[in-house]
Amino acid sequence: MAMTVHCDVVSAEQSLFSGLVEMVIVSGIEGELGISYGHAQLLTALKPGPVRIIKKGGEEEVLFVSGGYAEVQPNMVTILADVAEREIDEEAAQKAREEAAHALHKAPSEIDYARISAQLAEAEARLRTLQAIRKAAGK
Amino acid sequence: MAGGKEVRTKIASIKSTQKITSAMEMVAASKMRKAQDRMALGRPYAQRIRAVIGHVAHASAEYQHIYLQEREVKRVGFILVSTDRGLCGGLNINMFKAAIREMQAWSEKGADVEICAVGNKAAGFFNAIGGKVVAALRDVGDHPTTNQLIGSVKVMMDRFAEGDIDRLFLVSNEFINTMSQKPRVEQLLPLPKDDDDMLKHEWDYLYEPDAVELLDGLLARYIESQVYQAVVENKACEQAARMIAMKSATDNAGELIDALQLVYNKARQAAITQELSEIVGGAAAV
Repeated sequence: MAMTVHCDVVSAEQSLFSGLVEMVIVSGIEGELGISYGHAQLLTALKPGPVRIIKKGGEEEVLFVSGGYAEVQPNMVTILADVAEREIDEEAAQKAREEAAHALHKAPSEIDYARISAQLAEAEARLRTLQAIRKAAGK
Repeated sequence: MAGGKEVRTKIASIKSTQKITSAMEMVAASKMRKAQDRMALGRPYAQRIRAVIGHVAHASAEYQHIYLQEREVKRVGFILVSTDRGLCGGLNINMFKAAIREMQAWSEKGADVEICAVGNKAAGFFNAIGGKVVAALRDVGDHPTTNQLIGSVKVMMDRFAEGDIDRLFLVSNEFINTMSQKPRVEQLLPLPKDDDDMLKHEWDYLYEPDAVELLDGLLARYIESQVYQAVVENKACEQAARMIAMKSATDNAGELIDALQLVYNKARQAAITQELSEIVGGAAAV
């Protein structure tokens, strides 16, 4: 059996997951990270994107986080998300992406540009998460 | 014997007060439930980030964030979380007592005390007794948001970063259950270390992106979340304390009414008896 590590996923509003996992895959600010037992201590900021949790026994769960921080100790992983969701509204995400893509073309200033492209990235990350959830469910 | 009419008006006045207190009790009970839910939702995040920060404080990092540095204590800051309104029993005053004890201990060691007051009551009280209130946030309302709090909290964080204060405490009420709330003083800055033996050896994190940017963001988030949680918890305490205070006020009013009713009945009977004996006396005289 694979070695397991304790993982907590919390957002400002609620606790989403707490338990033993074989591996957690998060989108860190500098790329995807797969964390399993005995990982070196690590602190990273998170990008909007999916968090894939492979639970003890191989079952997979996918959550969406909109950013935040992750702390890794050899025997535990803590994900502090700004906003985390289990259910994703596909239509709303599609719409948000289209609106953001549209607004990006006529952004009046640089600040707006940054803000809108962050929104765009978040909407795209939501859709990517949705695909990952479907894939995990279909497996 | 007191006149029947006076007693009657007094009973009517106490009855109307009783109506008000029992209405306030019910309002507080329904608000308390919501406040308690909010408190429960925020708790996991506050606890986890506290644990993470406990680890961070242990890391022997090459970059020592200013929030991690222990300095000689010349000035101490307190963030006091109080309620906006009164009529909640001894909730605020018990917390102020705990805060003042702590402040006295520090001033005996020769440190000055600065106060950041959240809520009308703390601002009013410490201004009145001559404390040095450097920041105050009034009218927090029933639904506190992080945005609301950031301003006054930032004042204290900046003062710490600039070396104006060397230690920062958070004083608020802890919600134990509906019947009891306890004042709590905890140290926010410099970051308190947790005592986990696993972490005593030399080690450091890998930081992504770099340590400076990451810790700035994370530590600011930590302080905000702790203060926010304290404010939300204090709200739950306030409503619970008010509910209990109003319940006992309603009960007391009921007792008072019973006692006055007795006085009134006695007065009425005495008046009747007197009138009768006067009639009998008058009839005998004829």
